[in-house]
Amino acid sequence: MSQTPKKKNVRWVEEPEIGFWESTFVPAIMQGLKTTLKHVVDRKPVTQQYPEVKPELPLHYRGVHRLNRDEKDRVKCVACMMCATACPANCITIEAQAAPPEWPDRDKFPKSFVLDELRCIYCGMCEEACPVDAIELTHIYDLTGESRADLLYDREKLLGVYDRTKNDPRDPVRTRRGILGPAAEFQQLPALGPATVVPQSDRSAKSETAGVIRTTGVEGQR
Amino acid sequence: MPELLITLITIAVVVGAIPGVCNYLILLERKLSAWMQDRVGPNRVGPMGLFQPLADGLKLLLKEEVIPSHVDRVLFLIAPGISVFTALLAFAVVPFGPVGDASVPSIIRFIIAPNIDMGIVFIFAVGSLAVYGVVLGGWASNNKYSALGALRASAQVVSYEIPLGMSVLGIALLSGTLNLEQIMKQQVDGGILAWNIWFQPLAALMFFTASLAEANRLPFDLAECEQELVGGWHTEYSALKWALFFLGEYTHMITISFLTSILFLGGWHFPGIAEADSVYMGAWLVKLLVLISKAFFFICVMIMLRWTIPRFRFDQLMELAWRVMIPLSLANLLMVMFCAHFGASRWWLLPGSLMLFAAWGMISASLRDTERRAKPGYVRKKAVVAHDSHSTSHSSAH
Repeated sequence: MSQTPKKKNVRWVEEPEIGFWESTFVPAIMQGLKTTLKHVVDRKPVTQQYPEVKPELPLHYRGVHRLNRDEKDRVKCVACMMCATACPANCITIEAQAAPPEWPDRDKFPKSFVLDELRCIYCGMCEEACPVDAIELTHIYDLTGESRADLLYDREKLLGVYDRTKNDPRDPVRTRRGILGPAAEFQQLPALGPATVVPQSDRSAKSETAGVIRTTGVEGQR
Repeated sequence: MPELLITLITIAVVVGAIPGVCNYLILLERKLSAWMQDRVGPNRVGPMGLFQPLADGLKLLLKEEVIPSHVDRVLFLIAPGISVFTALLAFAVVPFGPVGDASVPSIIRFIIAPNIDMGIVFIFAVGSLAVYGVVLGGWASNNKYSALGALRASAQVVSYEIPLGMSVLGIALLSGTLNLEQIMKQQVDGGILAWNIWFQPLAALMFFTASLAEANRLPFDLAECEQELVGGWHTEYSALKWALFFLGEYTHMITISFLTSILFLGGWHFPGIAEADSVYMGAWLVKLLVLISKAFFFICVMIMLRWTIPRFRFDQLMELAWRVMIPLSLANLLMVMFCAHFGASRWWLLPGSLMLFAAWGMISASLRDTERRAKPGYVRKKAVVAHDSHSTSHSSAH
């Protein structure tokens, strides 16, 4: 066995020699006692007294959801099911209904919108998926209920969360007012990406857009 | 006043007071631990958390008694009882105040069983029975963690009994008695310079260390270390039975602290305020408080040590007992015997103890060094390290 390192960049660290005082343990114990005593005498607790002192949450904290209202106090959601599709926990159930004729800016609106707060993993995917910025996660973290049914948040409850949090500086309405969202601004569908050569023998050559590399679409869309 | 009645009153007071004191010691431990770790500690129940022990006690009383189906029921139930019983029994011969002092009212007696001539032997005998509680509890639980904890506890207690007993033997030789009251009285009568710590400093250190191990306190709490054994021997215990185990452990702590103060620190003697001949109003109360504050000091030291020293590895634990403390206490005892036999002054024991300590430090340092040299991977240190980065390539020349 070789104890000498072959590589130049390996530094061989030796165990320090144990002297007289080290082997009696006394200085180390005294030093340790000094440290602990210092903390007892000079107390600077870092504990946050929770119910009295609320924690300072980061701005991107993901808490209870809310359904935003638009400028006419209607629910902003257009029942596109994007959030329900994106949800990894399958906690969103939406029932859509055709929008009344006096709402020309949308086809549908949610007849019922139920979000199971117990099932949710608070990943924020629904917020990211929403094309009209209707669903947003707030800073509310102390969510309680007396039964499971209590925590099935329906449309009215979620709108209630919006009413409670819209004026909180930590939960600004991240919506571009007046416009439903970036998707509402599309005049035409984005162009397809560049194509590559596809040999005729290939199965995919029969497709309508043979060889087209999918683009990510418009800026801001995932 | 019949002697029996006084004894009964004393027993009632002690048995009544100890659980309460233990409860508050737990609060103290939690508070001190919290402060050492920059936390606040219990502060919800009552002012500064002062009613926390009551809440805890109530909770433990009202909690459901869970007895797992796979345990040996009889032993499982007996074990916590043994723990508490032996711990309380050991306290019977510990004088917890100025015993036999003239200023004490005749109805108060600060010891349950006075004038036991083999007090120290009794304490060690009963104290080592306490391990039965641990061993039986661990064994009856029929659980691997509990069994391991019990095994460790028995090995540990057997090892540390020896230095514990031998470190006190020196004092017994010096005082010529095993009676705790007599030992205390001699120190009190002699003043501060008669405190045994001056003649037996090494024994005091070893006694305190070994009794930490006896009480399963950190850094010797291998029997119940949470990180390795879940809860050790009390893994399967809950509610009141668990509380009884803890009552036993804290009673043990109290006994140790009183013993250390009585054996080595002159009992209730304190220069200036509590001398043998101080007879002012309420002198006995002051003397009682002196002894209690000495014991309290040791309890605080134990709690502080808990958060200062990391837990020993089991082989280190055994090495400390068998390679350090037993030879040292034996040498210390021999020294006292020589001193007593040749009638030399007791004061020779102070430098003697320090020299023993130093000698052991040097011996164990060189032992460690030799051990290290014998290891296959040892590379001798260069005498002159001129260029640190090149020292490795040079060492191959040796």
